[in-house]
Amino acid sequence: MEHYNMNLTLKVWRQKNASDSGRFETYPVKNISSEMSFLEMIDVLNEELISEGKDPIAFDHDCREGICGACSMYINGRPHGPWHANTTCQLHMRAYQDGDTVVIEPWRANSFPVIKDLVVDRSAFDRIIQAGGYISINTGNAVDANAIAINKDNADAAFAAAACIGCGACVAACKNSSALLFVSAKVSHLALLPQGNPERKTRAMNMVAQMDKEGFGACTNTGACEAVCPKEISIENIARLNREYMMAGAASDK
Amino acid sequence: MKWSELFTSSIGKKWVMALTGLFLIIFLIVHAGINACIWANDGGVMFNKAAHFMGSTVVIRIAEIGLFLGIFLHIIQGLMLEFQNRSKRKKGYAVPMGNKGSKWYSRSMGLLGTILLLFFILHWWHFWVPARFIGHPELTELEINGVHMHNMYNLMQYTFQELWVVIAYVIACISLCWHLIHGFQSAFRTVGVSNAKYNSLIQNVGVGYSIIISLAFAMMPVSMYLGWV
Repeated sequence: MEHYNMNLTLKVWRQKNASDSGRFETYPVKNISSEMSFLEMIDVLNEELISEGKDPIAFDHDCREGICGACSMYINGRPHGPWHANTTCQLHMRAYQDGDTVVIEPWRANSFPVIKDLVVDRSAFDRIIQAGGYISINTGNAVDANAIAINKDNADAAFAAAACIGCGACVAACKNSSALLFVSAKVSHLALLPQGNPERKTRAMNMVAQMDKEGFGACTNTGACEAVCPKEISIENIARLNREYMMAGAASDK
Repeated sequence: MKWSELFTSSIGKKWVMALTGLFLIIFLIVHAGINACIWANDGGVMFNKAAHFMGSTVVIRIAEIGLFLGIFLHIIQGLMLEFQNRSKRKKGYAVPMGNKGSKWYSRSMGLLGTILLLFFILHWWHFWVPARFIGHPELTELEINGVHMHNMYNLMQYTFQELWVVIAYVIACISLCWHLIHGFQSAFRTVGVSNAKYNSLIQNVGVGYSIIISLAFAMMPVSMYLGWV
């Protein structure tokens, strides 16, 4: 692909802290290489802001190779930008042309309060995981990985669900700010495997209870979550969770 | 987990929406089937007999209570979910996501449902309330094979002489069609029926059902207004 440079206009959400009301600020950026990543472009802008003595734009990032789930920008009306099955860090500037305007917002949901600029607090996801996203195993030496035979289709489906990196794009995209794609991926990944069976029922009930407590909305099956998921988590998982949850709840003793 | 906790959780509420929705989907088939008798070309004899059967059979009158429970549960739960879900994002986006990833009608179930609720009030006022309670000058009596009954056909013909009524009914049927296209397949997903083998079947049957039912209902006032029956 041919290399080119571009000048862009960025409109970035700036917010000093959680209690600040926040506003958009416009930044022209010049000579951006089409081979840069989107975050490198922000790095360039931040270097300039720092050299001018201004506060750089705060944004979440860690691995920058699309597997950690830290990056979280809502770019021109889509979580993680325009590319399909992609994280913000893996978005490259060849997606843009000279003269483009790019609007960058943080994830928006009551359950993901803004900490600063584009950084939101996603610890609600951690608490949902703590509520049931684990399995019980014996201590001591690790058991041979292949000691329990697992149907290949289930193993593949569990692996596909386990690919969820917990970035929160599903919540950001959902008109209801529902976290059901995330929760369903985490429940499915364990429910499909024999190792997940001991806590199968309490897991579905407890994780959904925690999800509701965190203030996420209810799913209405619009499919926006699936469309923006960088790991292509299928909404089939949501149907599985609906099933798991009702069976667990209806069959529980108390 | 108590039943009350189960059905007030976010997933439990969706189950209530899905189960009442599926129930109403089945009801619409019965309703459209009975009403389609107006096209029997017999001056409304078959339709009046069918309407009389529905109104005078004890089992159906008991089932009617269930129908109203289902409708009101669907309406109240739907409105509450809509308001709750809207409150989950106090600060919205400057650039909306729009159609990137979801269909407008999937995002507009609350709006489409509200149009349908307004229509129901009009619809009950036109037919159900006169037939059951207060009567109507155009709701005459007649006798078919020695059985005394309301001439609902006459009331229908009278009601659909007004153009605005016909337009209101057609708008409601268009809303119903979009509401069903999302609702049909969404209800199956909510009750956990979703896999590659069935999804295209559910999707296609849902779209076919939505169009046929809505078109059939829309053609009733149109047929009467244009004098086809």
